[in-house]
Amino acid sequence: MSHSKGRVIIAKPGLDGHDRGAKIIARALRDGGYEVIYTGLRQTPEMVAEAALHEDADAVGLSILSGAHMALVPRVLELLSEQGQAGLPVLLGGIIPDDDVPALKQQGVFAVFGPGTNTAEILKAFGSAVEARRAAT
Amino acid sequence: MTLAEQVLAGDRLALARLLTLVENDDAQGLTALDELYPHTGTAHLIGLTGGTGTGKSTLVNQLARYVRSEGIRNTDGGQSPVRVAVVAVDPTSPFTGGAILGDRIRMRDLAGDAGVFIRSMATRGALGGLANRTRPVVQTLDAAGFDWILIETVGAGQSEVEVARMAHTTIVVEAPGLGDEVQAIKAGILETADLLVLNKADLPGAERAAAALRTSLRLGSPDPMGEGTGWTVPILMTVATDGAGVAELVESLCQHRQYLAASGEWERRVRLRVEREVRDLLQRDLLARLLDRQADGRFDQILGQVEARQLSPRAAVDLLMRQAGS
Repeated sequence: MSHSKGRVIIAKPGLDGHDRGAKIIARALRDGGYEVIYTGLRQTPEMVAEAALHEDADAVGLSILSGAHMALVPRVLELLSEQGQAGLPVLLGGIIPDDDVPALKQQGVFAVFGPGTNTAEILKAFGSAVEARRAAT
Repeated sequence: MTLAEQVLAGDRLALARLLTLVENDDAQGLTALDELYPHTGTAHLIGLTGGTGTGKSTLVNQLARYVRSEGIRNTDGGQSPVRVAVVAVDPTSPFTGGAILGDRIRMRDLAGDAGVFIRSMATRGALGGLANRTRPVVQTLDAAGFDWILIETVGAGQSEVEVARMAHTTIVVEAPGLGDEVQAIKAGILETADLLVLNKADLPGAERAAAALRTSLRLGSPDPMGEGTGWTVPILMTVATDGAGVAELVESLCQHRQYLAASGEWERRVRLRVEREVRDLLQRDLLARLLDRQADGRFDQILGQVEARQLSPRAAVDLLMRQAGS
């Protein structure tokens, strides 16, 4: 066990306190063999980006249920890019209206997951995100 | 610029990248570490160990926050600024190889401070409370110029003493209500303490727990590790959630560092650690080389003979050594 399948940040930016989803995803990723850096609730985009830098993450998963995703996610992407992690895959889950998805993807979000998504599907997306990242670096 | 040069120049992305390479035993990372090694040796390596839920991460948060704002007392009696790195270890699942690394949750007060670098590590199968590659990760941070490196073990039980073999100063963190006086006199983790912290000192039973620890220390020889003399292990009471007692803990850490320097104990410990590290690496490489030299399938065949009770493990090793021509 000298390598891991991938190092993944799971963070909850913004002010909503509903972390059940983030914890389920963190657990599923752990069971899928990933090292999950779980940062907890009420993270600012700056805190998420700093964690991604310190931990040399292979992917970042954000869980947002507050409706603030159109403000928070672009800010995270911008900070990652500023610190030289422009290609780092960012995956988003939560209450995200379908109408927002194209704009988010266009800004560089790797994948967006709504309520009720199967964890197997999410795990698969993280798998391709980590693979893409490792191929690029 | 090489990766090592970038790290020395203060490039944090390069540092993070190198930590990954070193953690993965990657050849490029190990070469960079060779290049960085002459720059190591100045950081104060501080280990924090103790049971699950005693408040190690929260204490790390408070310690780092305190010294970042106040600095530490230097030998001239003034205050010097300190850059702080944290290496926080959490366990890897033995079944899936996955891990949840959750120590950052308690360290949110440190966010946004460029003088702090927090790295989480999974044990990846190692026992003893640290990961196998914690040592080179710490060395990389040392070379990167951090003055204090706080090494937090997994929630350790009674015998996770590995950190004491790496750190200059080992803090053992206890909390009230976790054990009785017999726990306090068992061998193992308590004996490795240079500083003993009773955290959650606002909880009922704190005084009694402190008294039990005090008695236990007094029962022991004044020099339980046989590691020099002249240091009395202090018992400090803290409440990591509100920062009570943290100033005293920092003062004790500074005193311990001065004691190590003045008594010659610093050099002695460094010497022991260097010897141990070289021996460990030698052992690993010799083993790999020896197994490499065996004819294909020979090792498995001998294992089979041991399994069938035709050979004792000891005789099997003799056979393998002879065949390796050494």
